[in-house]
Amino acid sequence: MSALGSRLEPLVYDLSRPGRSGAPLPEPDVPHAELPSDLLREELGLPEITQLDAVRHFQRLSQLNHSIDTGFYPLGSCTMKYNPRINEDAARLPGFLHAHPLQEANTVQGSLALMYELQEWLKEIGGFAGVSLQPAAGAHGELTGILMMRAYHLARGDMARHKILIPDSAHGTNPASTTMSGLEVIELPSDGRGNVDVKALRAECGEDVVGLMITNPNTLGLFEEHIEEVVQLTRDCGGLIYGDGANMNALTGVIRPGDFGFDVMHYNLHKTFSTPHGGGGPGSGPVGVSERMADYLPSPIVAIIEEGDEKEPPLYGFAAPPKTIGRMKAFNGQFGVLVRAYAYIRIHGAAGLRANAEHAVLNANYLLSKVRAEYHLPFERACLHEFVVEGRWRGAPDVHALDVSKRLMDFGFHPPTNYFPLIVHEALMIEPTETESRETLDAFADALLQIAATARDNPEELRGAPHTTPVARMDEVRAARQLVLCCRPKFLSEPAQAPYT
Amino acid sequence: MTWNTPDDRKYAETDEWIILTGDSATLGLTDYAQDQLSDIVYVELPVSGETFEQGDIVATVESVKAAADVHMPMSGAVTEANSAIEDEPEKVNADPYGEAWFIKLTPADPAEIDSLMDADAYARHCAARDD
Amino acid sequence: MLAACDVERLEDFFDLIPEQHRFPALDLPEPLSELEVLRELQELAESNAEASHHPCFLGAGAYHHYVPALVNHMLLRGEFMTAYTPYQPEVSQGTLQTMFEYQSMICALTGMEVANASHYDGATSTAEAVIMALNQFRGRRAKIILSATLHPQYRQVVRTYTQGMGLTIVGDDDSAADLDDIIAQLDDQTALLILQYPNFLGELEDMRGLQNAVHDVGALLCVVANPIALGMLKPPGEYGADIVVGEGQPLGIPMSYGGPYLGFFATREKYVRKLAGRLVGETVDANGKRGYVLTLTPREQHIRRDKATSNICTNQGLMATAAAIYLSVLGKQGLRKVAELCYHKAHYAADCIDVLPGFSVRRERAFFHEFALRCPGPVAEINTALFDDYGLIGGYDLGQDYAHLENHMLLAVTEMATREDIDCLVEALGEIT
Repeated sequence: MSALGSRLEPLVYDLSRPGRSGAPLPEPDVPHAELPSDLLREELGLPEITQLDAVRHFQRLSQLNHSIDTGFYPLGSCTMKYNPRINEDAARLPGFLHAHPLQEANTVQGSLALMYELQEWLKEIGGFAGVSLQPAAGAHGELTGILMMRAYHLARGDMARHKILIPDSAHGTNPASTTMSGLEVIELPSDGRGNVDVKALRAECGEDVVGLMITNPNTLGLFEEHIEEVVQLTRDCGGLIYGDGANMNALTGVIRPGDFGFDVMHYNLHKTFSTPHGGGGPGSGPVGVSERMADYLPSPIVAIIEEGDEKEPPLYGFAAPPKTIGRMKAFNGQFGVLVRAYAYIRIHGAAGLRANAEHAVLNANYLLSKVRAEYHLPFERACLHEFVVEGRWRGAPDVHALDVSKRLMDFGFHPPTNYFPLIVHEALMIEPTETESRETLDAFADALLQIAATARDNPEELRGAPHTTPVARMDEVRAARQLVLCCRPKFLSEPAQAPYT
Repeated sequence: MTWNTPDDRKYAETDEWIILTGDSATLGLTDYAQDQLSDIVYVELPVSGETFEQGDIVATVESVKAAADVHMPMSGAVTEANSAIEDEPEKVNADPYGEAWFIKLTPADPAEIDSLMDADAYARHCAARDD
Repeated sequence: MLAACDVERLEDFFDLIPEQHRFPALDLPEPLSELEVLRELQELAESNAEASHHPCFLGAGAYHHYVPALVNHMLLRGEFMTAYTPYQPEVSQGTLQTMFEYQSMICALTGMEVANASHYDGATSTAEAVIMALNQFRGRRAKIILSATLHPQYRQVVRTYTQGMGLTIVGDDDSAADLDDIIAQLDDQTALLILQYPNFLGELEDMRGLQNAVHDVGALLCVVANPIALGMLKPPGEYGADIVVGEGQPLGIPMSYGGPYLGFFATREKYVRKLAGRLVGETVDANGKRGYVLTLTPREQHIRRDKATSNICTNQGLMATAAAIYLSVLGKQGLRKVAELCYHKAHYAADCIDVLPGFSVRRERAFFHEFALRCPGPVAEINTALFDDYGLIGGYDLGQDYAHLENHMLLAVTEMATREDIDCLVEALGEIT
């Protein structure tokens, strides 16, 4: 085992010195109560640093990140568009920031009105009869939707259904959510044009099918050409349709999934509606539903308790859908994220949402036109807001998509999504979004073309990339074989456990 | 590309090998399987005494980029699990047919072995999936 | 650009969409400029009463705590806020190291060995603990015991999450059941027993010996803990818990009408492969430099798909960052002080209210910063009077969830309540009744 080298930035524990604290607190202004001595802990392994040390530490750490604010971030399926700062001001208004989730409804009408309006807008944008803002992320929305579909059939007395049909191009959360609901995944192949294979779907449709989960456009960035037939086949055998709305950035104002017969769809507010990704969340995954599913929404939803008139606004409050599947998380959903999405929709309006979708699609097609000579496009079709190409060349057998991605970092770009969807070899999934300029797209295309040339002329340069990032390629095998998941500095005495590092 | 497929054992479609010695059988993962997974970082084995049907998942293997289930090529009861590969999973990459056997079992129905592939058939099965 | 795509108008990209469904007219309000939107949102926000203007004695799972100024400034840094999940470690060391530090501090706080990089909130963390226990027993045990004093919404979420799994969930059918009652329900079918510390009523249940009862039947023990309380109390790890989860909102995250919050999750190393959620591990790069990566990713949905330990993808990354910064800047001394301030102020409030006629504080057990208060009348009426006449946000009406606690209010007191605020509350309660 080689000796470990230095770190880019010390761990916060390395900065710790006994007795330091970064946030002085007042002395108690009340008499001291007797502490329960037999319940007190003896040691607490937290660092002791000054406030300036904390600022420098986290500031320096942040500077090691690439972010949308730093540069182009074409991660397919993630919609890394600009996160408007007005969203941040909006979410931090004190009236929103310091309201307790369990306050009496009449003391938080501002928050409830915002949630109600957002529910209405998400219904309108998707063509749905009902919306719940509770789910905390896309995957959470999927679990919600599948549980609702299951409950719908059980309520009709139909106990025979236990299968969910899922295309092989689907995001991993789709089958994972299905398994969590206690249902069985039936995988459907894709056809030669990247659509879900209709023949295969027809063969699987039956009275044991709960429903179909479909992403449109799919994870290849392609609109499902047989979407109406696919929906009809599923409905004919009594199944419901779940739409994964992760790719709605191609379609806001262009179509409404509800018009196509979708029964449930989750939105990803942190994708389509510009709320920031935060290094891994928080997101928000509201679900929209058709008329027949509305009773099953998670509880509670925001409703008008008393109608308003010319003089008084309506009184908003919470209501429980009559056949609700139950509660999916505590309190009221990711409220702060909802505020940001509200602000976004309010600024763009219907015309703006449509223009965003059109420009997202334009940018993707433009970028594709510039690179397709060098990067093989597995399905010969125009894409929507993202496209998938192969990061491999016959003349360069040792070069993989991963190498292309690592080399892109040397050009100052974040790589595209790698190795997804699984049905394309050495996949590079590229989604530019509508907020990027033509100059950025041109620069990115140039970088990709240079890399393609390097793959043939000097493959070693790619395999050793990245060369200019804060760290070089990481040893992920070591990370998995020698697990070091938290640090246990020896100078902070801990309860007796075997030392970890 | 070709992978090592010794003649002295039988193979399942799901990339396990099995060899019968008297009343006992030993199974493991094939060279093709370890190559597809690349660096293996973790192995989870059953406990002795557990019984499984042919095709059941009996163990799990993880690498940095994938995870795979190991299936029983034949039905039977586990008599021994090879803790050496739990401690040093890299052995599965290094010596899949020797040191890195997974489990020993008592087959419930020895005739099941006839449903498995011989070395040539398995080698063709691997070649067909390579592209 | 259109020419490069071989297309004449933007609309042409959408030719393959059936015409009758194309370009629907969306009935949304006309767009506004930034300054108009801000004005509209300010109006909405100002119509809320909130804790920075109204002393807040409401807790029940979300608490008004001081957020050190620097937390917010760090979160607003675009490099933290607008980055994605750190799949490409070479350009994400900021997020990765912050998460590693967060994981380490959660381990220290809970007395456990590994922690993940977050779940959505305390309730969904609890549900994930159930799923982890079921996976640990490979489906062979299907009984879960929930303490009746586990947060009512958490118990609801556990039931919603697991409705398709054919489980038997017991322990809270009698809302007055205590720890001995649920220990009696342990058997060899039990996968997991869950209790809360402090419990929903604010009380500190006696956890000594509990691990023996649970482990004797081969089951696992999960404790749902308040992280501020852990600033001064012995952590569940020392009582033999196998899993510790909870709501991390008190760690530098404003109440924000319910979210986004932070579900923390910690366990023993031996269960790490059943652990859901992102995990950051330390390693080296090609030049031997230390760095961080997401590890054990084969557990997760993007690789394991239908066999994943959970479906979680996007979690609460920025909130975990907030907690890491909060715990770093307060540190071991600061967190202890916050805990003690809460403790002393809550006990002062309890002592003062206890002498008011008609009020009686439930003192069956020690409490931390919340207590159940028997009131002389309906809690809803008292709260209306507290707000309308005194501008105070009163506590939670326990009668909603506990039949035997009709007219009981759950009062929380944090370091944000001054002595004047508490005295005002006491005076108000005295005058209302």
